Amino acid sequence: MTEQVIQLEKVNKWYDDFHVLKDIDLSVDKGQKIVICGPSGSGKSTMIRCINRLEAHQEGKIVVHGTELTNDLKNIDLIRKNVGMVFQQFNLFPHLSVLDNISLAPIWVKKMPKKEAEEIAMSYLEKVKIPEQAEKFPGQLSGGQQQRVAIARSLAMNPDIMLFDEPTSALDPEMIKEVLDVMIQLAEEGMTMLVVTHEMGFAKTVADQMIFMDEGRIVEQAKPDEFFNNPKSDRTKLFLSQILNH
Amino acid sequence: MSSSIPFTHNKYYSWCRNNLFSSWINGIITILSIYFIYEVSSFFLNWTIFEADFVNNFRGEKITDRTFCSKNIEPGQHGACWAIIIVRFHQFIYGFYPVEEAWRVNLVYGLLPFALVGIFFDNLPFRKYFIYFTFLFPFIGYFLLYGGAGLDVVGTSKWGGLLVTLFLGVTGILLAFPLSIILALGRRSKMPVIKTICVIFIEFIRGVPLITLLFTANVMLPLFLPEGVRPDNLLRALVAVTLFQSAYMAEAIRGGLQAIPKGQLEAAQSLGLTYWQSTRKIILPQALKISIPPIVNTCIGLFKDTSLVLIIGLFDLLGVGRAAVADIDWAKLHYEVYVFISLVFFIFCFGMSRYSLYLEKKLKTDNS
Repeated sequence: MTEQVIQLEKVNKWYDDFHVLKDIDLSVDKGQKIVICGPSGSGKSTMIRCINRLEAHQEGKIVVHGTELTNDLKNIDLIRKNVGMVFQQFNLFPHLSVLDNISLAPIWVKKMPKKEAEEIAMSYLEKVKIPEQAEKFPGQLSGGQQQRVAIARSLAMNPDIMLFDEPTSALDPEMIKEVLDVMIQLAEEGMTMLVVTHEMGFAKTVADQMIFMDEGRIVEQAKPDEFFNNPKSDRTKLFLSQILNH
Repeated sequence: MSSSIPFTHNKYYSWCRNNLFSSWINGIITILSIYFIYEVSSFFLNWTIFEADFVNNFRGEKITDRTFCSKNIEPGQHGACWAIIIVRFHQFIYGFYPVEEAWRVNLVYGLLPFALVGIFFDNLPFRKYFIYFTFLFPFIGYFLLYGGAGLDVVGTSKWGGLLVTLFLGVTGILLAFPLSIILALGRRSKMPVIKTICVIFIEFIRGVPLITLLFTANVMLPLFLPEGVRPDNLLRALVAVTLFQSAYMAEAIRGGLQAIPKGQLEAAQSLGLTYWQSTRKIILPQALKISIPPIVNTCIGLFKDTSLVLIIGLFDLLGVGRAAVADIDWAKLHYEVYVFISLVFFIFCFGMSRYSLYLEKKLKTDNS
């Protein structure tokens, strides 16, 4: 019996009169890893940003852990505590040390004593393999290290869902692997993950489901085998041929 | 070994050669400039120090009014007559504050640094206790200056000189700071009512000269208050100065807020921080850091603008200076008085400017 942790039903969203999400239906089971790809402007980032309400949808229903996302701030805070997010631009807090970046939310949101929060922060820094950088500031780290700190920062809140919004797109090629390795490790530990990425190697390794989006719609959703070897829609075929054969 | 280094490798020589005498036209400009600097500074130093009177004139007599100034005895041969500052020193620093009570003002001046260090330097030992003191200081200071409960009451009409300048400048800046943060956040609020109120307040205050605000506070404030409540002149000026400063500082801070990438707030929110937590821990520390130069700019501006209060009948440093110049015993000593006042203002403003540089350097955490 699998447990559904995220449901999207007929979700629609507009930026003024630009229709970014069109009738999105999606359901995610606990522990599932879903990789979302598609051309830029297809709405994939917007979709996962709706799941922790960084963007508000206008029509349809989004339910996370049985809590529906509405304008009710209490529900939003509840969901954000359990849903971690990693951004393309890392978005580390530049005025705080790496350790403070990670321990900030446990201290202020979970009201954890400082010492305990810092121990947790260190344990996650070890997990992403950069404990020696704890006292540095984000500006002193490489892009790959920054993104690993960002992952540790999210994990420190002990979320059961992680959203990744193009986590490797802003990285130099030689740093992509160190970030993907951390994500693969996370996937192996059973984390529920929604990942927007064009790293198809990563997708083949970890994804349970592939989603291809275009012009605000989910065009194709399939298991990776079928998705890569036998895509149904022409749009998906074209997209795959472009990103796999470049 | 240094003697074996060829002359042309001497770093001072090559610096001069590269920067001052790189071509014959630059050489001429350099020589003319040196001559100009020499003339101006020797004139100024002679006037202010070497040929000036302090307590006694050139005959060794104690100067008690302008007729004893060396330059009035032998016109054209002597420099400044600083005796006017020395004789009236009490007025410049305390205004008409009773001489026997001046220790109270001195105590406040002496305590002021202790109240400020806690805010200014965060690596101070026992900083917590300094901060407690900072919050207590306004009450201690007011009690000491105004009196009551055992101390003789000294009405604010007797305050003057540097005391009024510092009181308006320091209190105005400190009160305006929290107000300006609220205004800046309010102006960016998504709630239309709050936003409108903040925009109207800021734009109205910024659209009106400080003199007008001072007049308004002086004449109109009593009209809005219940009959019989007549806040004193100094308090009215303080209200005007605080509102004025808060509007300008709010705009400086808003500039800083706008420079923070949207991702910072998103990251904070995605971690579950509330709006106020994100603002306090993430957005404001970064925004204020960026805003330091414009904030200090407005503080320096305000500190100097406090001298406008002389038009509503308060005697700040400049007001006391003008009174000194108008005194028949000391008439025609404008230069001495205004140079002295400029120097006092300069010391405080320069201090603020240096502190802001220190702060910027200290808060710099990135590599860029």
